[in-house]
Amino acid sequence: MNTTEAPPLTRKDFQSDQEVRWCPGCGDYAILSAVQQVFPELGIPREKFVIVSGIGCSSRFPYYMNTYGFHSIHGRAPAVATGIKMTRPDLDVWVVTGDGDALSIGGNHLIHTLRRNVNLKILLFNNRVYGLTKGQYSPTSELGKRTKSTPHGSVDFPFNPLNIAIGAGATFVARSVDIFMPHLKSVLKRAAEHKGSAFVEVMQNCNIYNDKAFAALTDKTGRQQNGLYLEHGKPLVFGDNKDKGLRFTGTDFEVIELGNGKSEDDCLVWDEEHANPSLAFQMASISTGDGLGDFPVPLGVLRAVDAPTYDAGVIDQIDELTTARPQTLDQLIHGTDTWTVDAGGNVHRGAN
Amino acid sequence: MTLPIAGQTDAGKAAEATVSDVVIRFAGDSGDGMQLTGTQFTNTSALIGNDLSTLPDFPAEIRAPAGTLPGVSAFQVRIADHDIHTPGDAPDVLVAMNPAALKANLRDLRDNGVIIVNTDEFTPRNLKRAGYESNPLEDDTLNAFRLYRVALTTMTRRALEESELDVRSKDRCKNFLALGMIYWLFSRPLEPTIDWLRVKFRRRPEIAEANVKVMKAGWNFCDITDAFQVRYDVEPAKLEPGTYRSIHGNSALAIGLVAASRRSGLPLFLGAYPITPASDVLHELATYKHFGVTTYQAEDEIAAVCAAIGASFGGNLGVSCSSGPGIALKAEGINLAVMVELPLVICDIQRGGPSTGLPTKTEQADLLQVMFGRNNESPVPVIAASSPANCFDTALEAVRMATAYMTPVILLSDGYIANGAEPWRIPQVEELPDLRVDFHQNAEGFMPYMRDEQTLARPWAIPGTPGLEHRIGGLEKEDVTGNVNYEPENHDHMVRLRAEKVARIVNDIPDLEVEGPQSGKLLVLGWGSTLGAITGAVNQARADGLTVSRAHLWHINPFPRNLGDVLDRFERVLVPEMNLGQLALLLRARYLKDIETYSKVEGKPFTRDEILHRIERMTGESNQR
Repeated sequence: MNTTEAPPLTRKDFQSDQEVRWCPGCGDYAILSAVQQVFPELGIPREKFVIVSGIGCSSRFPYYMNTYGFHSIHGRAPAVATGIKMTRPDLDVWVVTGDGDALSIGGNHLIHTLRRNVNLKILLFNNRVYGLTKGQYSPTSELGKRTKSTPHGSVDFPFNPLNIAIGAGATFVARSVDIFMPHLKSVLKRAAEHKGSAFVEVMQNCNIYNDKAFAALTDKTGRQQNGLYLEHGKPLVFGDNKDKGLRFTGTDFEVIELGNGKSEDDCLVWDEEHANPSLAFQMASISTGDGLGDFPVPLGVLRAVDAPTYDAGVIDQIDELTTARPQTLDQLIHGTDTWTVDAGGNVHRGAN
Repeated sequence: MTLPIAGQTDAGKAAEATVSDVVIRFAGDSGDGMQLTGTQFTNTSALIGNDLSTLPDFPAEIRAPAGTLPGVSAFQVRIADHDIHTPGDAPDVLVAMNPAALKANLRDLRDNGVIIVNTDEFTPRNLKRAGYESNPLEDDTLNAFRLYRVALTTMTRRALEESELDVRSKDRCKNFLALGMIYWLFSRPLEPTIDWLRVKFRRRPEIAEANVKVMKAGWNFCDITDAFQVRYDVEPAKLEPGTYRSIHGNSALAIGLVAASRRSGLPLFLGAYPITPASDVLHELATYKHFGVTTYQAEDEIAAVCAAIGASFGGNLGVSCSSGPGIALKAEGINLAVMVELPLVICDIQRGGPSTGLPTKTEQADLLQVMFGRNNESPVPVIAASSPANCFDTALEAVRMATAYMTPVILLSDGYIANGAEPWRIPQVEELPDLRVDFHQNAEGFMPYMRDEQTLARPWAIPGTPGLEHRIGGLEKEDVTGNVNYEPENHDHMVRLRAEKVARIVNDIPDLEVEGPQSGKLLVLGWGSTLGAITGAVNQARADGLTVSRAHLWHINPFPRNLGDVLDRFERVLVPEMNLGQLALLLRARYLKDIETYSKVEGKPFTRDEILHRIERMTGESNQR
């Protein structure tokens, strides 16, 4: 047995030889960089990573990662990845998708994958527009949005991706932003460590078709004023000088100004492990994610609970039955009722 | 054959007559257990050593309104002391559990055929439901037949007088009274069914024993009374020596896939979504987990095929199974497998259509869909099973092509052979083809789209192998490197290469064999489930002194190498198909040969006589020329 330790992997080990072909300035570059920085830190051999994608700008991701990769068809990446993970539990399988790919054409696969709790990591790059097809509105585009396919403004009410994931029963739900590098990396690491479906929405800027969609959150002042950085066991405070907080009235969240008799003690302490998903759902609902509303944008881990995974359940059954019911192929082919015709043409019940 | 009305007589006993061949149809309401009754009769006859063939015919509705024509469920079985090819054109015996069952099936019955009816069900209300204006048991509707009136429900209740079951449960046993009678009438033993009942209802022995009791009551009723003047026997068929079992097509397909998994060393993964008549493959494979089989009931047809592709990427034997409507949904997934050149087997158990069509009825009209129903140039090998037992060999051959050529393969079956049964001579495991697969291991010089010189297959390099990290996908590939490439010359090259790869399969598939004269005036050429009817018709035509040959296609894409030669050797070629001429279209296009189509799209298989009459007409025409 070879006991020599391989040198630790570096970011470079995960860069493929393919020229990256996203538009200059695209948020995808930052996300690619974050993933290439996080993967070497996970202690997993490079050949064990598989990245599966669908169709769209984000779905070109696998070509730029020097791992096993599968650029599949529109919306179907969770289905392909499920087939891989069910049969190859030793692999670390990541799905990279976008708002159109995951929430429109592939919505069914997304919710069922999350419902089953397949041990996959799903990164949804949400730029609120169809980029690869040159600028149509997407299922996360805001009402009234003017695009090539909605010249008079969209009247199509959008999805909140976090609510879809929480509603589908996802056991890990988080959100970060393409250019918030340290935050994004920490969220990716948390997702990697989760056992079960880990859903991460990454707000991603499309500087060609939907530039500055998240500017109110991502510009210099917005980061502190409009970002609510969730931390497990910590009170919900935000703002330039941590001068605001979120209180839970029992039915709703409300923003409170700290000081003047109100302190962190009046704010809800965030519990990402809360078994009932309704609070996480309500948290996801306070903002559409662009930082333009009355509430801050929740970032970080909304939900992280333990639950059995589908793939482990499937494999356990197979292992159990393989031990409990040994049968040869010959026995299977024979079945239970046979008859035998001998050389003289006589028939008797049973095999020879 | 017509059942004789006289036979050898012993004093005080019914006359006994041996017949070589009999067709029995059990018909009743969907809830009357006709499929089960027919299956029991089939299995018992199989164990006696008869050759047999079955034709289940049931409605798409689980429980259509009781007593109505759409609710009638029927099971036809033919048993014989010789080699047979079809479930029979016309029943000799009809068991009709109610007026609707009688009305729906009477027109098929042979003249002077035997009818056993449950008189208890011939009430004014049921007669009206079946659309009878007067009671056919009392008018002259049934004059041409031998009618036996039996109060099945009353007798069942009486047999179970001491049972503690409720009346409803008692009444549900009445099909076993009919079965007991038919067992007596055709001199079958009761033991195999008794054994089956006691295993099936081991947790509810009171149900098992009630059915046993009722079945014996049916038998005894015939034995004691003079209900029937003649009792028949069908002797064992002179089958080739060997061990046999009775098998349905879907079951043979499921077992064949497990066998292929074992012979290839690849764990089997089935991605499926419930659809008639393919679901039984999913059901059966779900019970074979102890063979390392993973079954995945996906959220839809698309996910089912995509998960199978993912499993293949990971080094499993990826399979997806469906019927026409589901295959349509899988088209984009199949095309992905064409592009990424991964092994995949897609089983299409065809049914009547288009659209939802006739879910429980049979048809062969997906041939052009599986050949061409995908965007762009998308060559996929196609192979068609021709009988229930042949589904086993077809599964192995589909897997062989898929893994040897790194390609998706489509396996065609249909509702007729999926649900039909026949005796199957069980093969020796060691005689099955060796399908061992070697995954690529060597990192030196590895390119994901480098190719085997002979087969043009690319290497199967599975995730987890150090040094072989690579990316595949639906975008056009550069040959050898597998890099995304949009160059015009490369695309032209790759389109031709994918076509050539599938075309080269012709190098290791058998030539088409012609049965009968190797050249001449008429060839009857078939594919898929028409094999039985064509064989029966051609054999009969020859027995009648006509000169006719026949051949049956197994591989449809690519066609066997000698097919063009075979077609050229005959003046006329007749292709019977349960569609409007889809194979004929392919043959005409490929070989510029005038093909004569015989179409039937009634949701029912061809009868032997239909094809025989066509042969007679065509040979008659030839003689006049």
